[in-house]
Amino acid sequence: SLSENAKCDVHKLEEGPPLQAVLTREEGLQYYRTMQTMRRMELKSDQLYKQKIIRGFCHLYDGQEACAVGIEAGINLTDHLITAYRAHGYTLTRGGTVREIMAELTGRRGGIAKGKGGSMHMYTKHFYGGNGIVGAQVPLGAGVALACKYLGKNELCVCLYGDGAANQGQIFETYNMASLWKLPCIFICENNKYGMGTSVERAAASTDYFKRGDFIPGLRVDGMDVLCVREATKFAAEHCRSGKGPILMELQTYRYHGHSMSDPGISYRTREEIQEVRSKSDPISMLKDRMLSNNMASVEELKEIDVEVRKEIEDAAQFATTDPEPPLDDLCNHIFYNDPPMEVRGTNPWTKLKSVS
Amino acid sequence: MFYIRVTVRDALNQAMDEELERDERVFLLGEEVAQYDGAYKVSRGLWKKYGDKRIIDTPITEMGFAGIAVGAAMAGLRPICEFMTFNFSMQAIDQVINSAAKTYYMSAGRQSVPIVFRGPNGASAGVAAQHSQCFAAWYGHCPGLKVVSPWSAEDARGLLKSAIRDDNPVVFLENELMYGVPFEMSEESQSKDFLIPIGKAKIERQGNHITVVSHSRMVSLCLDAAAVLAKEGIECEVINMRTIRPLDAEAIETSVMKTNHLITVEGGWPQFGVGGEILARIMEGPAFNYLDAPAVRVTGVDIPMPYAKILEDNSVPQIKDIIFSVKKTLNA
Repeated sequence: SLSENAKCDVHKLEEGPPLQAVLTREEGLQYYRTMQTMRRMELKSDQLYKQKIIRGFCHLYDGQEACAVGIEAGINLTDHLITAYRAHGYTLTRGGTVREIMAELTGRRGGIAKGKGGSMHMYTKHFYGGNGIVGAQVPLGAGVALACKYLGKNELCVCLYGDGAANQGQIFETYNMASLWKLPCIFICENNKYGMGTSVERAAASTDYFKRGDFIPGLRVDGMDVLCVREATKFAAEHCRSGKGPILMELQTYRYHGHSMSDPGISYRTREEIQEVRSKSDPISMLKDRMLSNNMASVEELKEIDVEVRKEIEDAAQFATTDPEPPLDDLCNHIFYNDPPMEVRGTNPWTKLKSVS
Repeated sequence: MFYIRVTVRDALNQAMDEELERDERVFLLGEEVAQYDGAYKVSRGLWKKYGDKRIIDTPITEMGFAGIAVGAAMAGLRPICEFMTFNFSMQAIDQVINSAAKTYYMSAGRQSVPIVFRGPNGASAGVAAQHSQCFAAWYGHCPGLKVVSPWSAEDARGLLKSAIRDDNPVVFLENELMYGVPFEMSEESQSKDFLIPIGKAKIERQGNHITVVSHSRMVSLCLDAAAVLAKEGIECEVINMRTIRPLDAEAIETSVMKTNHLITVEGGWPQFGVGGEILARIMEGPAFNYLDAPAVRVTGVDIPMPYAKILEDNSVPQIKDIIFSVKKTLNA
């Protein structure tokens, strides 16, 4: 089916992504399934956190699904991606399974990082986490892009950060070098309106995040519409692959949860605001309505996907709560790569622990 | 026996040149490394030979370019990231520690980071407080890093090659005052595959009376002090640490079990430093029972580095300070 996309605001660009896009039935069903999986996975994680089965930091992505799914639809798995700590959705789109993501959250040996990393440190092929230090992932992403250009494989790097991180100095340092050296880097600001508890108006002198790259062309995109995100990403990818250097996308999106599980998320915004977004702009509902009204799927079909997804999440949660914790022998492993085994000091001088690569 | 005289600078230059030639994934980035030939001329001639792709001049944005270097390492390249001095690495230290050092562990072995951070460390001459700090203790503190501190031209060559070939983040602490110092190098050390293993100290001078442990430029002073002391019949065993982390405690213990006396000598500040770590290990290990006197540290004075020459000279250990400490320890 053909869909009408909202026109993107552009910065230093002659034109933006196409106003029309084609969505095939297969694509629609796949985006729906992935977004629903992501949504259910995050909600299940909320439950497990409240039961104290997940501990520490847990930054949930529900509401923002169209971003991760739309971006992945606009690039290839052979491309590269890096993001900050709200990373569970991207771990999924980049090839992680719900099982290994949830088992990482519960700190078990079957976790994607064997329980060593936790919520903010999940990695897959061509996915560099999951990064805990706000903004630090942006230079890293440009470095990945440098490697792409250096190795000449026509790959690019998608480099994500939030509206809070957007004011970080190292991001401007990165804009400068990425532009100077024409690195194939798509900078993407996921603007969910709040950096922790600070609204964009209170944090940024300019909230036009798509313009903050100055000499880097930019576009502002409706991040709640998976097709808009996909078309914008395709447009941006084409820009990079043609050797023009970096480009910047601002995705306007929203998170239903607070900043993390320790933030109820209602001291700095109203329940009404959250409810309004849920009822008018939910990414999954919007895709569902679009598919139903264009006769691309039936209500039953989508319900069946919901049931399958629910089962997948239940199975994953079951695994994540029953899989054993990592063995203590693993404590000191993975310090160095490709090194002979070494000794690591324990908590006292008589305790010598073993470390292997 | 074939020997040639090579300065530390030239040894570093040759090591980088050979490793750039050997592996296409190796590249150098930093301020002034390309067209300027290096702020201290360590990368002289490399840009002319390898061009813009392999030798990259960066803007003055340490946090940004260190992060870019780490990202490039994650994605399959083997960067050498130069800090004009390690004082400026403080701007980028988050990338060194949180992005480079910890990643292999956090990812449970999925993501390695084969990177070298190199540059001059510690006191220079007349550059004052903000340009004279020693970072051996800061970086030596962190698991996930290897920290190397060469002294001689042979150290520089063999250790830099090992660092570049190592698949892990290596902090390579050079010394500006040593760059121009020539050393005799053996024919063997000129081989393109001459490597010095990271984590192994070297006994530069054998002796029976006291163990003197040092790293970087202070090794020169220890050897000079040892020569003076030898005339009085005191034979020092001078150990060149070569590597800060992992520390070769065994080499130090073996020596102490022979000499029964220990002093450490470093340019850095005393508190929570390299000497402090060595003394703690000796206390905790088999060599403690062999000590006939408390082990002590000779260090830089616990102050920011002053400018005036007389003040600066008295802020770092001098040969007479080492001699004094040896004699005190021996109760001679």
